[in-house]
Amino acid sequence: MDLATVWFLAIAVLWTGYFILEGFDFGVGMLLPVLGRRDVDRRVMINAIGPVWDGNEVWVITAGGAMFAAFPAWYATAFSGFYLPLLLILLALIVRGVAFEYRGKGDTDRWRAWWDRAIFWGSAVPAFLWGLVFANIVRGMPVDADEILRAGLLSLLNPYALLGGLTTLSLFVLHGALFLTLKTGQPVRARARTAALRAAVVAVPAGAVFLVWTQLAHGKAWTWPVVAAAAAALVAGVLLALRGSEGRSFACTAAAIGLASVTLFGSLFPAVLPSTLDPAYDLTVANASSAPYTLTVMSWVAVVFLPVVLGYQAWSYWVFRKRVTREQIEPVPAYGGGGGQGSGPASAAE
Amino acid sequence: MEALDLARWQFGITTIYHFLFVPLTIGLSVIVASLQTAWYRTGRHEYLRATKFFGKLFLINFAMGVVTGIVQEFQFGMNWSEYSRFVGDVFGAPLAMEALLAFFLESTFIGLWIFGWDRLPRGVHLACIWLAAIGTNLSAYFILAANAWMRHPVGFTVNPENGRTELTSIWAVLSNTQAWSTYLHVVSAAFITAGMFVAAVSAFKLWRSRRHGDTGNKGVAPPKGDHELFRKTLRAGMVVTLLAGVVVVYSGDHQAKLAAEYEPMKLAAAEAHWETEEGAPFSTFAVGDTDSGVNTIDITIPRVLSFLATGTIDGTVQGMNDLQEQYNEEYAEYGDVNYIPNVFIMYWSFRLMIGFGLFGVAVSALGLWLTRRRRLPRTRWFYYAAIAALPAALAANILGWILTEMGRQPWTVHGELLTAMSVSPGVSLGQVAFSLAVFTLIYGVLAVVEAGLLWRYVKAGPSHIVPEPEEGEETGDVPAFVY
Repeated sequence: MDLATVWFLAIAVLWTGYFILEGFDFGVGMLLPVLGRRDVDRRVMINAIGPVWDGNEVWVITAGGAMFAAFPAWYATAFSGFYLPLLLILLALIVRGVAFEYRGKGDTDRWRAWWDRAIFWGSAVPAFLWGLVFANIVRGMPVDADEILRAGLLSLLNPYALLGGLTTLSLFVLHGALFLTLKTGQPVRARARTAALRAAVVAVPAGAVFLVWTQLAHGKAWTWPVVAAAAAALVAGVLLALRGSEGRSFACTAAAIGLASVTLFGSLFPAVLPSTLDPAYDLTVANASSAPYTLTVMSWVAVVFLPVVLGYQAWSYWVFRKRVTREQIEPVPAYGGGGGQGSGPASAAE
Repeated sequence: MEALDLARWQFGITTIYHFLFVPLTIGLSVIVASLQTAWYRTGRHEYLRATKFFGKLFLINFAMGVVTGIVQEFQFGMNWSEYSRFVGDVFGAPLAMEALLAFFLESTFIGLWIFGWDRLPRGVHLACIWLAAIGTNLSAYFILAANAWMRHPVGFTVNPENGRTELTSIWAVLSNTQAWSTYLHVVSAAFITAGMFVAAVSAFKLWRSRRHGDTGNKGVAPPKGDHELFRKTLRAGMVVTLLAGVVVVYSGDHQAKLAAEYEPMKLAAAEAHWETEEGAPFSTFAVGDTDSGVNTIDITIPRVLSFLATGTIDGTVQGMNDLQEQYNEEYAEYGDVNYIPNVFIMYWSFRLMIGFGLFGVAVSALGLWLTRRRRLPRTRWFYYAAIAALPAALAANILGWILTEMGRQPWTVHGELLTAMSVSPGVSLGQVAFSLAVFTLIYGVLAVVEAGLLWRYVKAGPSHIVPEPEEGEETGDVPAFVY
């Protein structure tokens, strides 16, 4: 296997990791107004992802950096070509990230309500748009002979890509709900289970149709079993959630998201951005990649450091393995410092 | 008006905005880690209070640095796709390394630090903030190595077949003289800023409690311990600034010499120096005519520029008019290009950077003398100066980047790629205009929110976060920050 293919795999792994990890962060954010009826419940939900969301987000920064370094033409054409979706994703990630940090630092209900909206939209917008963007990449875009992608907004909104967006959106809601059943105390835990089953009503058919469509239109022979496994994992996740098996059902949706991502990248390969104008204009692993020296350097860096990163990220999940409960949040200790009713600085200062 | 102009404005605005938070993150992470180390080693409660108080301010700032940083990485591809296509092979590598080696470290251990107060053993928890600080400072190296490569490209060739750069030595890129020299300069400037942040906040708190006397703010007496805490952090902040000031001067001098060698046009523009000269004078005030390439008024100190640029008083310093001619010949294939950057901005940003930057250093030197042997100055001007030194230090950082980046114009990669050739060809004026407008709007709103939060937390003081212990109370129980 040549190094460019290795780096295609590495980038697929980074995006897959991003979708699995940030997927539940987005899901939790979207469920905030649904499950968090009282402020204390919303704080339970936010604190369940509080220690890890920032580390999860770095997966997309690394994926972007790796595309830049390993496939400059892919990075350049795709990032400039998907200008508006990426702009909206950036704005969403900005307001969401700030919201987590700032929400608890004010006193009023209005302050927190604004940041709750920021968390909801900041999660829903990227959850939908990442699916839309990747479906369009797999489907192919009007890339011309100069490797320039000129696409109007409307050409992004085709049925296949919209279904892709709906799939990631609903899958992430399901995934986030199952994460909450695993990581929170009552009553959020019980509500999250109900929400997961409701989300499954959309996520299972949307995901199944999208995957089969992907397979029929763009798939390879070897992606058939991947599609089947993704669908099986998704259904198994829902069945396990029905039985109340929280850890296993979450593992199943993580696997389903991972396998769906493998299906997309597998269908794409060896292209990285197919052209709808002329197959000769396709950006491929071969013509979009960096020179072998860069790929070699990057490979060594990844081989040495990626296991270290995975190690300490896994450790941080282990440190925060306990459920977050109302009891931990509600009796705000005199110096809890985070926020909540009456814990903003003004109450101490005035 | 072209998409190019707006893309440049967007890069300028988003980068400057990002860099209001970065220096504080770089410096405060280490200062907060040091305060926590002091608590870990001595067990004294005031160090814990100082750690939590400045830690809170650090986190308010940190969040903004993180979210505005993602924009930077995406922006290369979105607005500057031809640049990205041309340099990705070389420039992308340090960027990807930054994410893998530094950002993961920073973000994961910040999370562990924020939420791990009551879940980790104290030593492990202390290690978390140090690892986050190391990640932050490491990330600065990678991004500055990438930036240094644009100003002094090394370790690459241009592939004649596809016209893209190709890396030949990652070591050359990472050990670029411009990279480590810039790193020293930028990081020491960051420590000046963070030191002044701590000093300014402390000075503000001390001045306020002095002015309100024992009755404190709105009739509530400030805790007695606050006075001692802020006296200590005032001095600590000024010590950091003073030490960083030494490095900033040394590395700044080195930067000038590197500019003379690799980017003579930048140095000449920063000095409004038009004609090549031996024993060139340093200009202290100039008014010039940039169209005809002369200064109408120029008050100078003889031979000092030659000394700064070359280390000898009669070294040769190239002037802009001669460099323009030289580049016209050297890069004839680009046609008629103006290689002279905006002289007015270069000249004044250089001077203001030095002035604003050293202001904090001077205040710190004086302040350390005035606060010796547990004294505190009674005069109000000292407190005002210490507070004013913070915006001055931030301004110096920004002016330094304006000098660096505008001085590189009209190139994105010096001698290899013009800015005009770097922009995304498929992105329309309307798209860039729209994104510029929404970024400016949202950044403006967030600036107000962030400043408001910092103000509230500074005003409330450390007692809001960690009250002083009652007599004989056990201080070991330290609950986590919770969102």
